Amino acid sequence: MTKSVFDTRDSIRAGELTATAAAEDALRQVEQVNPQLDAATEILREEALEQAAELDRRLESGEEPGPLAGVPFTVKSNICTLYGRTTAASRIIENHVSPYEATAVRRLREAGAVCVAKTNLDEFGMGSSTENSSIKITKNPWETNHVPGGSSGGAAALCSATRGMLHLGSDTGGSIRQPAAYCGVTGLKPTYGRVSRYGLLAFASSLDQIGPLQHSALECALVLEAMAGVDEMDCTSRNVEVKDYVESASRDISGMRLGIAPELFPEGVDSEVRERVEQAIEVLRGLGAEVKEVSLPNARYANPAYVLVSAAEASSNLARYDGVHFGHRTKEAEDLVALYKSSRAEGFGPEVKRRIMIGAFVLSSGYYDAFYLKALKVRKLIRQDFETALGEVDAVVCPTSPITAFPIGERMDDPMKLYAVDVLTVPANLASLPALSLPCGLSGDGLPIGMQLYGRAMEDDVVLRIANAFQSETEHHLQAPPVNAWGGGGEA
Amino acid sequence: MCAEKKLDPLENSAYEAVVGLEVHVQLNTRTKMFCRCENRFGAEPNTNVCPVCLGWPGALPYANREAIEQSLRAVLACGCEVGEFSKFDRKNYYYPDLPKGYQISQYDQPLGLGGQVDFLLDGEKAGVRLTRIHLEEDAGKNTHVAGRPVSFVDLNRAGTPLLEIVTEPDISSAAEAGAFLRNLRLIMLYLGVSDCNMEEGSLRCDVNVSIRPKGAQHLETRAEIKNLNSFNFIEKALHYEVSRQIDLKERGEEVVQETRLYDPERDETRSMRGKEAEHDYRYFPEPDLTPVTFTREQLEDIRSSLPELPAARLQRYTSELGLEDYPADLLVRDHEAAIFFDACIELYPKARSAANWILNSLKEEANSRKTGISSLGLEPGRFVDLVKAVDDGVVSSQKGREVLKPMLESDKPVAEIISELGLEQISDDSELREQVEKVLSEHPGPVEDVRAGKKNSVNFLVGQVMKETRGKANPGKVAEMIGEILSA
Ligand SMILES: [Zn+2]
Repeated sequence: MTKSVFDTRDSIRAGELTATAAAEDALRQVEQVNPQLDAATEILREEALEQAAELDRRLESGEEPGPLAGVPFTVKSNICTLYGRTTAASRIIENHVSPYEATAVRRLREAGAVCVAKTNLDEFGMGSSTENSSIKITKNPWETNHVPGGSSGGAAALCSATRGMLHLGSDTGGSIRQPAAYCGVTGLKPTYGRVSRYGLLAFASSLDQIGPLQHSALECALVLEAMAGVDEMDCTSRNVEVKDYVESASRDISGMRLGIAPELFPEGVDSEVRERVEQAIEVLRGLGAEVKEVSLPNARYANPAYVLVSAAEASSNLARYDGVHFGHRTKEAEDLVALYKSSRAEGFGPEVKRRIMIGAFVLSSGYYDAFYLKALKVRKLIRQDFETALGEVDAVVCPTSPITAFPIGERMDDPMKLYAVDVLTVPANLASLPALSLPCGLSGDGLPIGMQLYGRAMEDDVVLRIANAFQSETEHHLQAPPVNAWGGGGEA
Repeated sequence: MCAEKKLDPLENSAYEAVVGLEVHVQLNTRTKMFCRCENRFGAEPNTNVCPVCLGWPGALPYANREAIEQSLRAVLACGCEVGEFSKFDRKNYYYPDLPKGYQISQYDQPLGLGGQVDFLLDGEKAGVRLTRIHLEEDAGKNTHVAGRPVSFVDLNRAGTPLLEIVTEPDISSAAEAGAFLRNLRLIMLYLGVSDCNMEEGSLRCDVNVSIRPKGAQHLETRAEIKNLNSFNFIEKALHYEVSRQIDLKERGEEVVQETRLYDPERDETRSMRGKEAEHDYRYFPEPDLTPVTFTREQLEDIRSSLPELPAARLQRYTSELGLEDYPADLLVRDHEAAIFFDACIELYPKARSAANWILNSLKEEANSRKTGISSLGLEPGRFVDLVKAVDDGVVSSQKGREVLKPMLESDKPVAEIISELGLEQISDDSELREQVEKVLSEHPGPVEDVRAGKKNSVNFLVGQVMKETRGKANPGKVAEMIGEILSA
C-alpha cells in the first residue's frame, strides 16, 4: 500500500497506479475507519470515482493531468465544494450545497486532485474538540474516548488514521494545529492572506485561514504550493510570490535561530508536554539551530482578545443565516422578527449562540470601546511583540496545546476551560503569522504531543523547513494510532 | 413653486425650520460595488446576481475601483476634505432586502469630510455645508403585495454602489432644500457619475426636520422622513412636517425623535415604528476588505480632470460668451444641452445663435421624443452647419426649423437637405426685386402708409413678399429693398 502523498502522486504519474485505483483505496480507507471515528460527514464515493475515471481517460490520452493528478483529498465541511454538502456541521444549513467552489478547492481540483470526502468540525469552526458538531462527535484514533481536538477534528482524525491523501482544514484560533497535535499529525496555518478564503464559510474573517493537515511537513508544503497565491475573489489574499515550498522546505537548518518565549510556556502547560517539546528543541539544536530566549510580553492577553475579536466578527458573519435567504426557516412565525428569532434559535447550536451573543454585545454602542476596540489594541501589541521577537530569530518554538487530547465530555460544561486550550495557538491568528504543529512524541497515556513553530509573515517556507528537518531526523510523525486503515499498530 | 410658497407654514410664523438632508446617489459604474455583476436597472427580478451580491455563504466582496474613483470625483467637486486613508465598515441589521444581514458602508472614516455646495436661491447666492460623503452598497428591493400574506424580494439592486451625501442642518425652507438638491443633482450629472433619475430611484433623499423659535441657536428634537424620490414630494413633505411640528408645539406637545414616511396620496407624513430610530447598527471595520488608500498625486489627477461645474459654467456663459442670464441659466440646467452647446461653439463661436437654436428648436425635438439632447445622436458639426446657414442667409430662420427634422433622420449634409427641400433663400437680387415690386404695386394702400411713416406697414409688405416667395426670401433684405424703392 502507498505510504505518502508523494508515493500516490508518483505512482500515478508513472502509470503504475490509476486515479481510479487511488480513489478506490482512499475511499476504502475512509469507509474502514469512519464507523469508529465519525470523522467524515460525507463519503463521496460516486462523485470521486467519476472524477477519477475522467482523469484516467485524460492520463491515457497523454494530456498533462496536473501536478496532483489522481491524488485523493478531503475537505472540511465549512469549505465550499461543487459536490457534497457544505454544512459547517450546523443544523441551520444542514442541507446546504454550494453553487460554487472555494478557490483553494478549485486549485487542488485543477491540479488533478480528487475530492473523496467532507470532514467533520465544530459548528462553524467554533470549538476545540469537534464535540460542537450538529452531526456527530468525532473520536480520536489514538484513544476513541478522547476528542480529536477541533475544530478541524474530522480532518485530523482521518489524516491520522489513513495514508496518501490531502486534507484541507481551516484555522481561526488553532483549528488546524490543535487537532493536528491531538491526533499526531502535521498541520499548517499559513500566513493570513497566503491562501484565498473565497468559499470558506466565514467564522472570523480577519483570523480565518485554510491550510493542510498531513503526515509530514513536506506533504503540507506540497498542498500549500498547489493552493497558495493571490485570488481576485479575496482582496485580503496577498500578491506575494508562491515559492517552490517542497524544495525550500527540504533545505537544512544549520545556523537558523530559534526563539523560546517564556510566555508561550505558561504555568498551565502539562509537564509531559513541556518535556517533549524541550527534547524536540534539543533535536533542532543538534541539527545546527541556535536557540535563544525572546519575549512576548502581551501574549498572555491573546486569549481574551481572540474571544472578543472572533465573536464580534462571527456575530456579523452569521447574520445571513436568518431563515429568509439562507438557513433553516421555522415552521410558523407571526411576523418577520419572530421568524428571525425562531429560525436562528432552532438552527444554531449552543456554542454558536454563545459567541453570537458575546459578539453582538461587544459591538454594541456603549461597549464597543471597552471591549472590541480594546481587543483590537491588544491585537496590535501582540503583532508588535512578534515583529520584535521575529526580528531576532527566524522562528519561535512552543507547545501547540498545554495538554493532550482530553476525554469526550470533559470540558463541554465549562466554556472557559475549553477556550483555555487555545491559549498557545490564537496568537498566530491575531498576528496573521504562519504557524505549524508537528508531532514530537507521545504522553505516558499514549497520546500525541504537538510542538508548534511560529514564523514571519509570508515565510511559511521557514516553519516548513524547520519541521521537515526535525522529521528527517525523528520518527514521531510516522507513528500510527491504534485505529488505522491498514489494520496494524506501530509504523504505517 | 410659487403656488407652494404661498402655503409655506413658516411665513409669518414664530418658528424657523432646521433641515438637514441625506442624499443617496446611485453611481452609474459598469459593475456593482463588490462583485462583477452588471450595474443596471430593469432586468427580470433576481437575474442580475451572483454569489457575492446574494451573500452566499463563503463569498467575499472585492471593491470596485471605478466606484471609488467616481466617488472621489464627487467628493472633490463638493470641496470635501479627503484623507489618504479610508475604510469600509459593516452596518448590521436584519431585513429581507439585505441578504448578508449587514450592509457594507463607511462609518468613521468616510471618503470625504466637510465641503459645501453653493447655488442660487431666488437669484441670491446661497450655500449648504456638507457633513460628509461616503460610499456604500445598496440593498435589494422588497415588494409588498396588498391583500396577500407574502412579500417579494428582488436582489438585482443589492450591491449596487451608492453615494450618501449628508448635509449640515443649514437648510431653512422647502424652497432652499429644492434648490440645493437641484444643484447637487446637476453637479452629479456634469461629473457623469450618476444619471440621477429620481423615478428609477437613482437619486433618493432622507430629510431631517426640526423647528425652533425664530433666531434660536439650539437644535430641537427632529423627525426623519425617509426615502423621498421626487423634488415635489420633498417640498410637500417638508411643508407638511413643519406644519405638523408647529401644531404640536402650539398645543404644548413635544416632537418625538422618529422615522416617518411621506404618503403622497394623502399628502402627509406618518410615523414608522419608533424603534427604528434607536437601532444600534453595531458598526465595525469590514474585515473582508482592505482599506482604501490613494496618494496625493492620484487625488490631484482626479481633481484636475473634473469638468466645469454649474456655477462656473453660468459665470462663463454670461460674462465670457455674453449670453443673457435667462438662456445661460436654461442651458446650465440642462447638462446635455450645455455640453452640446460647448461642443458647438468650439466649431462656431457665435454663442447667441447656437444657444438660441439649441434652446428652441433642438430642445423641442428632444422633448417631443421624450429624451435628452445627447440621445438625439446629432453631431455638433452638422448642427453648426445649420446655424451657420441661417446666419449666412442661405436659409431663413423659419425654414431652418424644417431642415432640423430630416437632419435627425439621416446623415445627409445640411446643404443637401436644404436644396432637396428647395428651401434656399432667393439670393438673386433682381429676382427678389421683381417679387418686391409686384407686391408694392398690388398694395397701394400700405405703400401710402409707409410713405406717411407707418412702420407697421413695412412689416405687412415684408410679410406679403415672404408669402409670395413661400418663405424663401430673406426678410431683412426684403425690408431693406422696400425702403430703397419707396424712398427713391
Ligand atoms: Zn453580483
